Amino acid sequence: MLRAIARSNVFKQHRASFKAARFYATAKVALDAKLETPTDVEGAAQELAQVRATTEQVKASTSNALKHAFQEKTGFGTRPIYLDMQATTPTDPRVLDTMLKFYTGLYGNPHSNTHSYGWETHKEVESARQHIANVINADVKEIIFTSGATESNNMALKGVARFYKKTKNHIITTRTEHKCVLEAARSLKIDDIDVTFLNVDDQGMVNLEELESAIRPETCLVSVMAVNNEIGVMQPIKEIGKICRKHKVFFHTDAAQAYGKVPIDVNDMNIDLLSISSHKIYGPMGIGAIFVRRRPRVRLDPIISGGGQERGLRSGTLAPSLVSGFGEAARLMQKEYAADTAHIRRLSEKLTRGLLSIEHTSLNGSPEHHYPGCVNVSFAYVEGESLLMALRDIALSSGSACTSASLEPSYVLHALGKDDALAHSSIRFGIGRFTTDEEIDYVIKAITERVAFLRELSPLWEMVKEGIDLNSIEWSGH
Amino acid sequence: MSVAPSRTQFLSLYRQYIRSANNFTNYNFRKYFLRKARTSFENGSKLNNSHELDEFWLEAHKELAVLKRQAVVSQMYTFDQLVVEPLGKKQA
Repeated sequence: MLRAIARSNVFKQHRASFKAARFYATAKVALDAKLETPTDVEGAAQELAQVRATTEQVKASTSNALKHAFQEKTGFGTRPIYLDMQATTPTDPRVLDTMLKFYTGLYGNPHSNTHSYGWETHKEVESARQHIANVINADVKEIIFTSGATESNNMALKGVARFYKKTKNHIITTRTEHKCVLEAARSLKIDDIDVTFLNVDDQGMVNLEELESAIRPETCLVSVMAVNNEIGVMQPIKEIGKICRKHKVFFHTDAAQAYGKVPIDVNDMNIDLLSISSHKIYGPMGIGAIFVRRRPRVRLDPIISGGGQERGLRSGTLAPSLVSGFGEAARLMQKEYAADTAHIRRLSEKLTRGLLSIEHTSLNGSPEHHYPGCVNVSFAYVEGESLLMALRDIALSSGSACTSASLEPSYVLHALGKDDALAHSSIRFGIGRFTTDEEIDYVIKAITERVAFLRELSPLWEMVKEGIDLNSIEWSGH
Repeated sequence: MSVAPSRTQFLSLYRQYIRSANNFTNYNFRKYFLRKARTSFENGSKLNNSHELDEFWLEAHKELAVLKRQAVVSQMYTFDQLVVEPLGKKQA
């Protein structure tokens, strides 16, 4: 008996100490476990830098170019600064936190309504849908989940055009749209649907009078993107919506870059269809949504047929983890809107000021109608790709990720009337929620140094320095 | 059962929040949550309405739990440090 009491006492004490230490238990596990480091260039780079610094032979042979290509100061990390927020954004830890439970326990099919596993995930999906609808002041039933903005855009263009093709066979879009809109529009020519591509002015803006005059009685859809992915220009969505409503034409806008970042109200702006992407708002990749207005009803031909999920417009089982991550990302966009906007604007102004203080640089796109998180700058007399190569410590892009594999200059900058040389030498900087002041300072310093270095190498720059007008030169042809 | 937090409780929560944010190995997340801690607790300290204060208190507790979990996840999957980070300062 005595022994039993003593034992239970011991047990209790043990439990108490266990409880007190419980908070750190997980952290301990993390420290004991073997850490995975997917990127391990750090060690290699440091070794290389040390060899370079010590060996005389290497020192003598290393050209100036290599020294300028990237910073080799030991004592700092090696992973590049991420400034390509238009391509994709890092997943917010709070988003990951809502997603994890779907991989550990909540695995029901949200469409199964015969058991609680299905009900649980269905509830989560619907609350996510509500968060996503709230951002653009839409009704919860008007949000249809897709695999991403590309699918949403295809669904809008092909769906509407094919549904109405017997009576209406004309759609209008612009030249600066994302590739998926342009290609979807072009593919409609097989269905005998006529497409008008509107030009933009040198600021990247659509001319509203031109748009209105392009609308014909047989026009069924106008598609204009809200924020351009390459130059960050914001189109006058509200005015376009008004024109479309006046002429009883459906209005689709690709808001992949705009959703949650600039104010959008689908009712106020008369938007009928709107594409959203999750991974541009710090959510998971592989999910997006399309807003499809119910009153007045927009009808579309579904691209994917099947079990009739998502109002029959997009069949297939939803991924509750992605949907709920997307929902949380949307909720955070709304909650953090004021803080994020102020932060991004401040950094953007700092960056723009820093970069434009370098001579012969220019900002692409309209400075007034501009989303501050996307800064596109042209550096004259420097080749864009070689500048990107010289900026190995900063993750940047000269345009859309879809075209970065090819060396052709950006079609968006072409549409703005920029010549090939300037289009080639432009670089896009994306600023987001997680960008810091130190990063921006580093980027301004690095770009200033390396643009100066690359220009020193350029014979054109020498001539410019001497005051020769490059356009007046008659190059001897071969 | 909502009791308005005392000054000590408020500060203790703030300290815990900062400590958890500091545990992130990812530079950008760490900086973001430190910045967020400062601004949101500054705003929270100005709240007079007890209803708003309750809401803030609950929300902050929820976020603290998320931070604690995610800081651990961040320590489990580490990456090289950024070029703006001094080496060895924050290697978990």
